[in-house]
Amino acid sequence: MKLNLKIWRQGGKYKGEFVNYPNLEVNPDMSFLEMLDVLNEELVSKREEPVAFEHDCREGICGTCSLVIDGQAHGPMKGTTTCQVHMRHYHEGETIVIEPFRAQSFPVIKDLVVDRSAFDRIIQSGGYVSVNTGQAQDANAIPIEKEQASHSFDAAACIGCGACVAACPNSSAMLFTSAKVSHLALLPQGLVEHQKRVLAMVAQMDKEGFGKCSNVTACEAECPKEISVENIARMNREYMGAVFASDKKMV
Amino acid sequence: MATAIDSKIPAGNITEKWESYKGHVPLVAPNNKRRIDVIIVGSGLAGASAAASLGELGYNVKCFTFHDSPRRAHSIAAQGGINAAKNYRNDGDSVYRLFYDTIKGGDFRAREANVHRLAEVSGDIIDQCVAQGVPFAREYGGLLDNRSFGGTQVSRTFYARGQTGQQLLIGAYQALSRQVALGTVKLYNRHEMLDTVVVDGKCRGIIVRNLLTGELERHAAHAVVLCTGGYGNVFYLSTNAMMCNTTATWRAHRRGAFFGNPCYTQIHPTCIPVSGEYQSKLTLMSESLRNDGRCWVPKKAEDRLKDPRQIPEEDRDYYLERRYPAFGNLVPRDIASRAAKVACDEGLGVGKSGLAVYLDFADAIKRKGKAAVELAYGNLFDMYAKITGENPYETPMRIYPAVHYTMGGLWVDYDLMTSVPGLYACGEANFSDHGANRLGASALMQGLADGYFVLPYTIGSYLSKEIRTGAISTNTPEFEQVEKEVRERINQLMNLGGSQSVESFHRRLGKIMWDKCGMARNAEGLKQAIQEIQALKAEFWKDAFVPGSANDFNPELEKAWRVADFIELGELMCRDALHRNESCGGHFREEYQTDKGEAERDDVNFQYVAAWEWGGNGEPVLHKEPLVYEEIEVVQRSYE
Ligand SMILES: Cc1cc2nc3c(=O)[nH]c(=O)nc-3n(C[C@H](O)[C@H](O)[C@H](O)COP(=O)(O)OP(=O)(O)OC[C@H]3O[C@@H](n4cnc5c(N)ncnc54)[C@H](O)[C@@H]3O)c2cc1C
Ligand code: SF4
Ligand code: FES
Repeated sequence: MKLNLKIWRQGGKYKGEFVNYPNLEVNPDMSFLEMLDVLNEELVSKREEPVAFEHDCREGICGTCSLVIDGQAHGPMKGTTTCQVHMRHYHEGETIVIEPFRAQSFPVIKDLVVDRSAFDRIIQSGGYVSVNTGQAQDANAIPIEKEQASHSFDAAACIGCGACVAACPNSSAMLFTSAKVSHLALLPQGLVEHQKRVLAMVAQMDKEGFGKCSNVTACEAECPKEISVENIARMNREYMGAVFASDKKMV
Repeated sequence: MATAIDSKIPAGNITEKWESYKGHVPLVAPNNKRRIDVIIVGSGLAGASAAASLGELGYNVKCFTFHDSPRRAHSIAAQGGINAAKNYRNDGDSVYRLFYDTIKGGDFRAREANVHRLAEVSGDIIDQCVAQGVPFAREYGGLLDNRSFGGTQVSRTFYARGQTGQQLLIGAYQALSRQVALGTVKLYNRHEMLDTVVVDGKCRGIIVRNLLTGELERHAAHAVVLCTGGYGNVFYLSTNAMMCNTTATWRAHRRGAFFGNPCYTQIHPTCIPVSGEYQSKLTLMSESLRNDGRCWVPKKAEDRLKDPRQIPEEDRDYYLERRYPAFGNLVPRDIASRAAKVACDEGLGVGKSGLAVYLDFADAIKRKGKAAVELAYGNLFDMYAKITGENPYETPMRIYPAVHYTMGGLWVDYDLMTSVPGLYACGEANFSDHGANRLGASALMQGLADGYFVLPYTIGSYLSKEIRTGAISTNTPEFEQVEKEVRERINQLMNLGGSQSVESFHRRLGKIMWDKCGMARNAEGLKQAIQEIQALKAEFWKDAFVPGSANDFNPELEKAWRVADFIELGELMCRDALHRNESCGGHFREEYQTDKGEAERDDVNFQYVAAWEWGGNGEPVLHKEPLVYEEIEVVQRSYE
């Protein structure tokens, strides 16, 4: 089938503009990124610079791919990353609009590639358990209720892609940050530092310039791992508790 | 001619080597560690765990990754699990049994002492990961769950849904992030190492390219550790992430590091088959599926395209259960892959291409119920459905073998040091403990063993002699020279101005490798492959085209450099495969097989590690590390 692409290009000779690529021949069994590969092969053969986009695992787990496709982060399907979108969901003659993840804290590097290193700095601020190599006790020393471990896992499944930020009208990073806060707060291993952690991570999130949360929940809708906004509620509780506790300590 | 090389295996009984090594290895005092710089290239399981652990010890660490974040490393994609000899099942597991299974699974081509050490530290890894908050699967009592993997008769695999690699890497990434915050590790993301610098016979640093600006940078250290992953993408199509490449290891090889067993490639039996020419990568369906899925093909060729559900039991050949009753569907990977190839070569392959077999869950669903199957494999089934558009709960999966892992890599001694003093290799980047075939769930174990529990000890033995060296300057003729060579090569690539895309060269290389150095190899084909690769190399340097600029973010340039390295490595792999006149594990030479079509080893002539030295523009030089089995009796591998 033939499709038309309208792609955001920025850097080199492009100032930041949509460029049209009409009539691209596409096989329905291709993945979305394989379609971009085909486009890039064509551009290279015409000695033009290919469209820069990021990707790696191409199976929905590394969080490298991004793209806002027809206004939706990671495209039209629920619980799916861009690299898992297949062209069989499109029809002959359709036009697809492709943009980068847009947010003040994710500056565009080139075309569809943005800088998401703010997420790393949020984790560095406290998204871990302080245990050195060799300090651990036997793995079965602390039984954890299956259900509880499973809840923690649901939050730990975040792939750090940044779609939640791109989907949010305020460019808030609450879903990402709360997923890490929840993952660790729900486990006994993470409990010791839970108050310090939430304070530090929220402070870093604000410092990076991410917006405030106004409960739009677009983040959950577009999150490819379907991370629940319940995590945001939990983080808010954790945060209030931690602020309260640190106030008490000061008196 | 070949010379023997020293693997520095400690003396003593196999069960005491590592304990006694740890008790005697020279240490670096805490105040001296601060004066020692260590470079870690890579942030996957091996790199992140090594960087975090060395940072915790007090060394000055720099960690480099070409990814935008350390958490993107290919380790993130591992699905099935990680082995450890915890014996939580009470099913007869032990350090010895894990050691034995690994040596046997590797077809008696791995180094005993390393493998035993790996088994010894395996339990500590699980402890460490749980303490970090890795949410492994648990039972209703709250204790850790296990599953079985191929090539073993015990359940020793720990797992985190179908996302074990993700959770382990996040654990290591968090430990690394903590050290970054504490200032012991400096992180360089989007920086690609393009060469190593050797000064007076010791590795003293690297040259990296800042991928955003194109600038070249020099970084010096007392030791350099490559944790840069495997090179399966030399085949173009593989289950590896798209960016996995050999550049770090290949460049180190060209600076003197021997390449060990480059031809040992693991072809994974259960992957989603190729669907078209445009295909960019292949997707693995975890081996854990073989716990419940049954492999079969129709007995009659005319049933190939029939709806599999309409084919009656008596017309199906459950070929693994038939040929290997003791292990059934859980035979090791090399054996399962070859059996699938044999079935397809006999014209019984299913689907349009004829290059697929069925992996059927109907019995498991009947026996355990759909809910239980969904709980165990839900995300894998979803992944399959997304890619193929078919529902595996209703119709059997179609699968075919694909390149998955490279047992070969930089040769290292017991200390994990390459043949260049001060240059180490960990994780999939080294030639590893897996011999000629890796067992499932053992790569994650090895990567983390190297980084958390082995390197932090063994590197001390070298660094303890460096405490008086002082800071290493990058302002030396050696750094200058290597930087100049890197710059020239970049310019050369940018100025090729030919007519073919880099991608097209990579695809052609992959086809040569898969056809002639893939699941089955023979001398004739390998000789042809070497010629074809040499011709491809010449053509690349005449007619490739790299768009854009060198002073900018330019993924095409990155790719061009990597593909040029892959081409050279491909030739070495073929040479290694050609010289090894035997079949073992993942290396199957058609000339050397038993009456039953099993791999036929030649222990008299080939019980050694082939460590290749870069031969400049001449032929590479072979060095041999004889494999001495003191503990285990070398036998013909049987899973019947
Ligand atoms: C789909 C899939 C599933 C798997 N499942 C399992 C499993 O269930 N169990 C198991 O045990 N094993 C599994 N494996 C194998 C296992 O995942 C890998 O062998 C292992 O994760 C490799 O880890 P590593 O740290 O050595 O390298 P990687 O994780 O590949 O990391 C390499 C790192 O090096 C960096 N790097 C590379 N070159 C350079 C350079 N030139 N400059 C700067 N940085 C560089 C990269 O950025 C990256 O950070 C699986 C593999 C695949 C492909
Ligand atoms: S919460 Fe969801 S959308 Fe946000 S980074 Fe994590 S996986 Fe991506
Ligand atoms: S490329 Fe890894 S999640 Fe899409």
